[in-house]
Amino acid sequence: MTKFSETQLTEFNRLVARYPEGKQKSALLPVLHLAQDSFGGWLSSETMDYVAELLRIAPIEVYEVATFYSMYNLKPVGKYMFEVCQTGPCMLRGSDDIVAYIGEKLSIKPGETTADGLFTLKTVECLGACGYAPMMQLGKHYREHLTKEKVDAIIDECRKTAAANN
Amino acid sequence: MSEQPLFKVTIDNITIEVPAGTTILNAARKIGGDVAPPAMCYYSKLQGSGGKCRTCLVEVSKGSEKDPRPMPKLVASCRTTVMDGMEVKNITSPKVLDARAGVVEFLLLNHPLDCPVCDQAGECHLQDLSYEHGKEGTRYEFQRRTFKKHNIGPYIQLHMTRCILCYRCVFVADQLTAKREHGILDRGDHSEIATMIEKSLESDFIGNVIDVCPVGALTDKTFRFKNRVWFLKPMDAHRDCPTCSGKVTLWNRGDEVFRVTARKDEWGEVENTEDGKPAWICNTCRFEKKQTSDWVIEGPRMISRQSVISQGHYAGNIGMHKPNETFSAVHGGRQPKLMMDIHTASEVNKPNIELSLINGPAHSTDFNSKKD
Amino acid sequence: MGVKLLLEKAHVEGIRSYEVYRREGGYRSVEKAIKTMGPEAIVEEVKKSGLRGRGGAGFPAGMKWSFIAKPEGVPRHLVCNADESEPGTFKDRYLMEFIPHLLIEGLIVSSFALGSNNTYIYIRGEYAWIVDILEQAIGEAKANGFLGKNILGSGFDCEIHVQRGAGAYICGEETALIESLEGKRGNPRIKPPFPAIQGVWQRPTVVNNVETLAAVVPIINMGGEEYAKIGVGKSTGTKLMSACGNINKPGVYEIDMTISVEEFIYSDEYCGGIANGKRLKACIPGGSSVPILPANLLLKTAKGETRYMNYESLSDGGFATGSMMGSGGFIVLDEDQCVVKNTYTFARFYRHESCGQCSPCREGTGWMEKLLYRLEKGQGKSSDIDLLWDIQRKIEGNTICPLGDAAAWPVAAAIRHFRDEFEWHVTHAAEAQTRNFGLAHYADPIHVPTTV
Ligand SMILES: Cc1cc2nc3c(=O)[nH]c(=O)nc-3n(C[C@H](O)[C@H](O)[C@H](O)COP(=O)(O)O)c2cc1C
Ligand code: SF4
Ligand code: SF4
Ligand code: FES
Ligand code: FES
Repeated sequence: MTKFSETQLTEFNRLVARYPEGKQKSALLPVLHLAQDSFGGWLSSETMDYVAELLRIAPIEVYEVATFYSMYNLKPVGKYMFEVCQTGPCMLRGSDDIVAYIGEKLSIKPGETTADGLFTLKTVECLGACGYAPMMQLGKHYREHLTKEKVDAIIDECRKTAAANN
Repeated sequence: MSEQPLFKVTIDNITIEVPAGTTILNAARKIGGDVAPPAMCYYSKLQGSGGKCRTCLVEVSKGSEKDPRPMPKLVASCRTTVMDGMEVKNITSPKVLDARAGVVEFLLLNHPLDCPVCDQAGECHLQDLSYEHGKEGTRYEFQRRTFKKHNIGPYIQLHMTRCILCYRCVFVADQLTAKREHGILDRGDHSEIATMIEKSLESDFIGNVIDVCPVGALTDKTFRFKNRVWFLKPMDAHRDCPTCSGKVTLWNRGDEVFRVTARKDEWGEVENTEDGKPAWICNTCRFEKKQTSDWVIEGPRMISRQSVISQGHYAGNIGMHKPNETFSAVHGGRQPKLMMDIHTASEVNKPNIELSLINGPAHSTDFNSKKD
Repeated sequence: MGVKLLLEKAHVEGIRSYEVYRREGGYRSVEKAIKTMGPEAIVEEVKKSGLRGRGGAGFPAGMKWSFIAKPEGVPRHLVCNADESEPGTFKDRYLMEFIPHLLIEGLIVSSFALGSNNTYIYIRGEYAWIVDILEQAIGEAKANGFLGKNILGSGFDCEIHVQRGAGAYICGEETALIESLEGKRGNPRIKPPFPAIQGVWQRPTVVNNVETLAAVVPIINMGGEEYAKIGVGKSTGTKLMSACGNINKPGVYEIDMTISVEEFIYSDEYCGGIANGKRLKACIPGGSSVPILPANLLLKTAKGETRYMNYESLSDGGFATGSMMGSGGFIVLDEDQCVVKNTYTFARFYRHESCGQCSPCREGTGWMEKLLYRLEKGQGKSSDIDLLWDIQRKIEGNTICPLGDAAAWPVAAAIRHFRDEFEWHVTHAAEAQTRNFGLAHYADPIHVPTTV
């Protein structure tokens, strides 16, 4: 069942309280982030309907927003999502090679997830780290000044954490 | 209400006075004819509509009497209000015609051009627009956009590839129905009209999305492929309806009602009833009442002479509504272009096919050239 | 060393914490503003400073503040634009990450000046960890009486909330940002009405960039007139530049706007020269949407004068031979970079980020991307170049919001200055797949017509 826990509900209430009375819809973006983090890293129709109910808005208002913004995943994704920037400034510093290297190493193309469900490779547009290119986003944080060696180390690190958590 | 001051505005060299707060587009519509810019997204009866398609761009060559500076960019006439002494150029501005040709090209870029099999053919604003402003052929050499097919219920057919994202149907759902079930998903050139989980559109008034859709993206499923509009006789009719005004246009062939729509004015918008409210019609009137006996027939519908629909039946003077012809006045006597002859544009409308010889309702396959 | 007003203390150990920030003189401007000045006096000071919006458009901040409507009984809001998504720009992130209290301090003073009791920071969703940094700083400021009820006994209440976006460049456009803040799709609004009259929740709203609001702190501390003495002409104060691309020292630099472009690129204080000993080919000096310039037009104007790092000099020559300061995203291309490819990535970016509301931008950006892709891959025709020109011309100025222009300008400028590189991709299609066009004549001294 898709339902927020007590602590998640407290956070939900904190988010809604930031806006004027009757403007609870304003909390939609942060609440969707909360829902995505709470329910497996993606937004199912069920999750979105639940958010609509909590915010007392029509489900379509949630779908419209969830599909507009690129950070909401509408399908399940790998446990570790490598979002590699490919826009001009990163391209100038070799982001294409990094994307190719990751793809080769994990045997996936951009947009795909490894068979074990551990890694997803995604190409994205500028993330505001152009001076530290090439770079990628991994979870909440950025990994910058990427080299092949760094990519190797990151993949190892992910595999280790995944193994430790199992 | 207090007296609204009147503003003088000159559009394509014709000066009129309109109440303050009037948009350039509505002022131009008062002049009428070709001075009125084409509007693919604005709909005067839908609050908040307009500004998106950019077909109605005009040049403001003089801002107002007080501040005569021209506006630096072309403006959307549907969302720009007039100022006293404003001077506007629409069809007299080469800049406008150039930009508009660009907009039309953009709108047609991903359009399937499947007019021969489209129910909207003959009433499609994009068809009219491309005929008047478009260029021959396309410079677009890439594959057109495709979408996953969505079934949105038993009454309304959605052809997403034809949608121009005018948002009119979204405003209808917002303003006419209790709960909006459909909207625009995704963004940019992948935006589409849909409900995430294929929810049927259930609301008494949702059928009006068909009447506001400027293209054939939303059509009447109960009518689909049964007939081409220009073979039908539009008749004004009414019934005593508990839900809506009951004032409609019936589209008949013989005694058979093929389709029921709201009554539309010369701008293709739903007409107002006497009380000044738009005569939206309910789903029951639109989809369920398909017997002539359900209706009190008032008489033939007046159809703008520029529409291809008028070609079909009232070729004489009956029911013909003469549009204001100002074009020649501002354009050195040049006559408006002819109305579109659908036979040259469409595969399926062979003049040699006589509708009355077809048994039962005509289907698009009846017009297929292979059967000639 | 140029004057540093914003980043002077950014590297003091522990400056992220309230104690250190306060010890270094932080929050003085709040005390000064609230205790000795009124809202009008603050607006006046900002006007005198000549501060121009640092988000890209360069609109005078004080003037913007004076436009805000003040209807009786209707709350007003200040919204800080921290959406920073223009390729090449990462200065706001730097400021928020390393010296968050500076932004909070600027926000408190500005909120007081505008009468905003609930102020929002709209931050791009990807900067997730910075949300925590900002919320920590807000908590500390509140615990020390600079936020919350009755700030410094003035009777003024103020809360700052951090709202996270979710991945959409368009939400940097102020009306799209407002829509997004209301929990909607980031579709820019059709103006008028302007935010100063009807912004968030239809209330009067001012939207300002992070750097703009942070600059209010030194303006209040030193006085608007003193601030205006730094810089040159209408480019007053200091500006944060995000330098990236093929340079030795990419990063964020605070400059006073009197240095030359050449000094900025080559001096060790800033970019430290072109990486790997290569030569400079081209530069986009103000973020992806401003016109690209070849090396020769970058360092000198068409009149043969030295080009400086300020609003006026960077735009000297208009679009024909100049560019813009924009958001200060300084992207440098070395001699081995391909302008066609770079332009393609920008076109892809704008297609990806178009909200899709208006037809020229929705359809035109995708068309330009496809044509540029084909040209870059050596599959284009020479007529594609003219077609691109025609498409960008039909987008520019005909859209709801400036994203359309932002998509059109880079394509136009690339064709204007690098047409032979585009043509080479058609005439030497196979070769173009194995090597780059190189520096060619793009750094050659330009002929300056002598006028009498
Ligand atoms: C497509 C687009 C993206 C923009 N992105 C940003 C942005 O990321 N950050 C920003 O401060 N301003 C951005 N702006 C400018 C804002 O609309 C607005 O002018 C600015 O926030 C005003 O602040 P300022 O006057 O302090 O510069 C953008 C504008 C457009 C048209
Ligand atoms: S379906 Fe029709 S009415 Fe709705 S947005 Fe598309 S074109 Fe407009
Ligand atoms: S110009 Fe582009 S981003 Fe701006 S409103 Fe139009 S479609 Fe949206
Ligand atoms: S271009 Fe990659 S982070 Fe900006
Ligand atoms: S009718 Fe004015 S922009 Fe569409």
